[in-house]
Amino acid sequence: MTDDLTDVLREQVREAGHAGTALRIRGHDSKAFYGEPVDGKPLDLSAHRGIVDYEPTELVLTARAGTPLAEIEALLAEKGQVLAFEAPRFDGRGTLGGAVASGLAGPRRPWGGAPRDLILGVRLLDGRGQVLRVGGQVMKNVAGYDVSRLMAGSLGTLGVLLEISLKVLPAPIETRTLLLELLREAALARLRELARQPCPLSGACHLDGRLYLRLSGAHASVDAWAQRIGGEVPAPGNTFWEHLRDQRLDFFERPGQTLWRLSLAPATPRLACERDSLLDWAGAQRWVFTDHPAEAIREQVAAYDGHAEIFHRGEGETAPFQVLSPILVMLHRRIKERFDPAGILNPGRLGAVC
Amino acid sequence: MRDSTLEQRRHHLALRFADHLAPEFILMNEEERRPYECDGLSAYRLLPLLVVLPGNIEEVQAVMRVCYEERVPVIARGAGTGLSGGALPREDAVLLGLSRLNRILALDPDNLCARVQPGVRNLAISEAARPYGLYYAPDPSSQIACTIGGNVAENAGGVHCLKYGLTVNNLLALEIVTVKGERLRIGGSGLDSPGYDLLALLTGSEGMLGIVLEVTVKLLPIPQRTQVALAAFDDVEQAGQAVADLIAEGILPAGLEMMDQASLRAAEDFVHAGYPTDAAAILLCEVDGDNDEVSEEIARVRRRLLESGASEVRTAHDEAERARFWAGRKAAFPAAGRISPDYYCMDGTIPRKHLARVLREIAALSEEYGLRAANVFHAGDGNLHPLILYDGNAPGELERAEEFGGKILELCVEVGGTITGEHGVGMEKINQMCAQFPPEELQLFHAIKAAFDPHGLLNPGKAIPTLNRCAEFGAIHVKAGDLRFPHLERF
Repeated sequence: MTDDLTDVLREQVREAGHAGTALRIRGHDSKAFYGEPVDGKPLDLSAHRGIVDYEPTELVLTARAGTPLAEIEALLAEKGQVLAFEAPRFDGRGTLGGAVASGLAGPRRPWGGAPRDLILGVRLLDGRGQVLRVGGQVMKNVAGYDVSRLMAGSLGTLGVLLEISLKVLPAPIETRTLLLELLREAALARLRELARQPCPLSGACHLDGRLYLRLSGAHASVDAWAQRIGGEVPAPGNTFWEHLRDQRLDFFERPGQTLWRLSLAPATPRLACERDSLLDWAGAQRWVFTDHPAEAIREQVAAYDGHAEIFHRGEGETAPFQVLSPILVMLHRRIKERFDPAGILNPGRLGAVC
Repeated sequence: MRDSTLEQRRHHLALRFADHLAPEFILMNEEERRPYECDGLSAYRLLPLLVVLPGNIEEVQAVMRVCYEERVPVIARGAGTGLSGGALPREDAVLLGLSRLNRILALDPDNLCARVQPGVRNLAISEAARPYGLYYAPDPSSQIACTIGGNVAENAGGVHCLKYGLTVNNLLALEIVTVKGERLRIGGSGLDSPGYDLLALLTGSEGMLGIVLEVTVKLLPIPQRTQVALAAFDDVEQAGQAVADLIAEGILPAGLEMMDQASLRAAEDFVHAGYPTDAAAILLCEVDGDNDEVSEEIARVRRRLLESGASEVRTAHDEAERARFWAGRKAAFPAAGRISPDYYCMDGTIPRKHLARVLREIAALSEEYGLRAANVFHAGDGNLHPLILYDGNAPGELERAEEFGGKILELCVEVGGTITGEHGVGMEKINQMCAQFPPEELQLFHAIKAAFDPHGLLNPGKAIPTLNRCAEFGAIHVKAGDLRFPHLERF
C-alpha cells in the first residue's frame, strides 16, 4: 500500500494550530515509552507510507515517514544494501519517521553512524501546517543551515516528518561474531587496543563476563582478524546482534524497572551506578539498571562529560532527560518557537522547554 | 556609533580592545589590514574596519562583548583558504583572526579523539595522531593550510567523503562563544547529547551562529594499506556508468574521482602523471583498509571497471606510482591556472545519474559564453567542480565567467542537486541560494540565525540572502525540474 497523505495531515495540523490543540505524533507507537508522555490528540502517520524513490547506484533512498522499517530493510536487502544505523525495532515494529525522530541507533553506531549521520533531506510540516523541504537527495550539500539533521532526535517537537531521504550503504560481504570470555576491565582494554588498528569491527558489546565482537568486511580481512583475535564463534544462526539491537536480550527483560542509557567516551572507567550494566558501542553506550537516585547518576556521568537519560521509566521516576544549561534552554526555546509557534507538536516530549 | 565615520569607529574600538589585547594584536593601519582583504576567493576584496588577533578564549570573549555592546559586526577567519568568500571582510566589521589559537589541547587515543583550538591546521591533527596509529579523516584539498575552525564553519569535505563522511560526521563536541561573548559547550565526550542536535546546526553555519573556539574531533585508525586504480574511458557517459556499476557491485571506495579530457590533459602537461591523454575521461578509484581487504577489493574494482567498458585499467605498483596517479588530480586546479590567466572553480552537487546531461549542458554553455571549462568530479558523491577558464584582464570576462558559473549552479539545482557541495555559500553563491530555496525556507534560515544572533552581528550578509535580495536578483525558483507557474512563458 502506498499513500501520500500530505494534504490530510496538513489540514489536521492547521486545524490543531488554529484551535491550539496539542498533537501526539505517532507511527507504530513502538517507542511511546521514550521521552516525556504527551497529552495530545493522536496524529497518525502510519498510513502515510511508501518508498518514493530508491536508486541503489545513487546510494539514496527516499520514503514517507510512516513506511515500516521492515519494508525498507527488505527492499534494501534485495539490492545488497542496508540502513547502516540499524534502527531498533521494538516488538518488531517501527517506522522510518520514528527511527529518525528518535535518533536512536543500533550496535553499529560507532562505525556506521546514527540517523543524523545518514540523513540527506526531509520534507516536513511545521506547526503552522506549512510544508518545508530542507536538505536534498545528494550526499554533499552545504547550502543553508543543516536543518534536516536537526530533525534527527528532536522527537517530533519541531515538525511532522513527511518524507525522508537517506544515504544507504552496501551490506558487508561477510559478517562474523566472536565471543571472548573476559571480565569487563580486560574487555575494555582489549577494545582500546583493537580500536587503534584497522580492524573491521561493526559491533562490540560486553555482558556477563563475555565480550561479543562483530567483524564485517571483505572475506579475507574478516578471516585474518578472526584468527588474530581468537575466541569462539557462536553457533550459526546466532541472533545476538539482532536481539541487542531490538532489546530482546534477557538483560533488558525487567518490567517496571528503570533502564538508564549512558552516553560516554568509550574508555570511561566503571561508574558507581554501573554495577548492573551492559556495554554497547565498544563502551560508548551503557545500559544500566540501578537504584542510585537520578541526581547521583547524572553527576557521575557529567564528571566524564557524558550524559544520561532514562530510556524506560520505572514507577515514580523523575524526568527522563537532563536539564539543559540556561543558554541552551534559550536557544531551544527560540528554535521551537519558529517551527511550532503554538506549541502543538509533541509538546514537552523532549523535556519542558520543547 | 552609527553616525560616526569609519575612521572614528576604528579608533574608538581599538581603544576599547586595548583594555583586553596587547597592541600588536590590534591591526589598524591599512598595510596591516591589507593581508586580510580577501580569502581564497580573491576576486572579492574589501578592507576590514580593523583586525584583532586574540590569543585565548577570554580575549575572544572580551572582543565579542565589546562588539556586542557597540553593535559592530564580527567576521571570524581561520587560514583564509575558503573558496566562497565566507571570510570576506566588511568595511564596518571587525575581522576576528583565530590563527593564534593553534594548540592541540589534548590527544586521547583511548577514546579516539582530539581536542584542538580552531586555528590548528587540518593536517596537523593527523600528524599529531600518527604516532598512535590514528588520523583525522576529512581531508579538504587545502588540508595543509586550512584550519579546523574553518572546516567546521564550512562543513568541509574532501576526496574521501563517500566512505568517511564530512566534517559533521567526524566531530564530537564544540566550544563556542556566542555573539554576546558567552561560552557554550555543544556535544560531549559520548556519541549522543541531550536536546536538539545543535552540533549539526553549527557545522557548516559559516560563522553566522557563533564563534568556534574548541573542536573535539573523532580519530580513526590509519588504514594499513591504500591502493588506487586508474581507468580510461573513450566516453564520459561510460565513465559515469562505470561509477554506478561499482556502487551496484557493493564497492564503497575510499575515493572515486573523475576528470574530463580538458582537465586531465592540463594536469598531464603540468605534472606528467602518465595519464592517457586520448581518453575522454579517467576515473581514479582508491580503496583502503587492511592488507587482505585491499587486495580483495582492488581485484573486484579492476574487473568491474573493465566490464564497464574501460579501455585501460592500471593499478599502482607501489607508493610512488600511487602518488603519481593522484598528483594529476591534486594538481587539477593549478594546472588550469597554467593554461589560462584565471580560472573560476565551481562546486555543485548533482545526483550522479545526471552527470552526462550536466556535462553536455556545461559544454553548451561554454560555447555560448565563449569560455573554456574543465571538469573534475568527486564522482562517488556527485560533487562536481567545473573550472571556468577566463582572463580577468580582458574586459567583461570575469562577469561572463561569473554568469556562466551561476548558470551551472542553477543547472545543478534543476537536476535535483545543490549549489554547493563543500565550498559553502559565503558571498559567492548568495544569489544562487534564491534559485535553490523558496522564500519560506529562506525565512526559516533567517529565524535560526536570529535565535543565535538577534541583532545580526555575526558575519552579516553571507550565506543566506534576504528576500529583498532574491527579488532584485530575480531568480526563478526551479526545483527538481519543476518550474513555478509552468503555464507562463519564459524568455
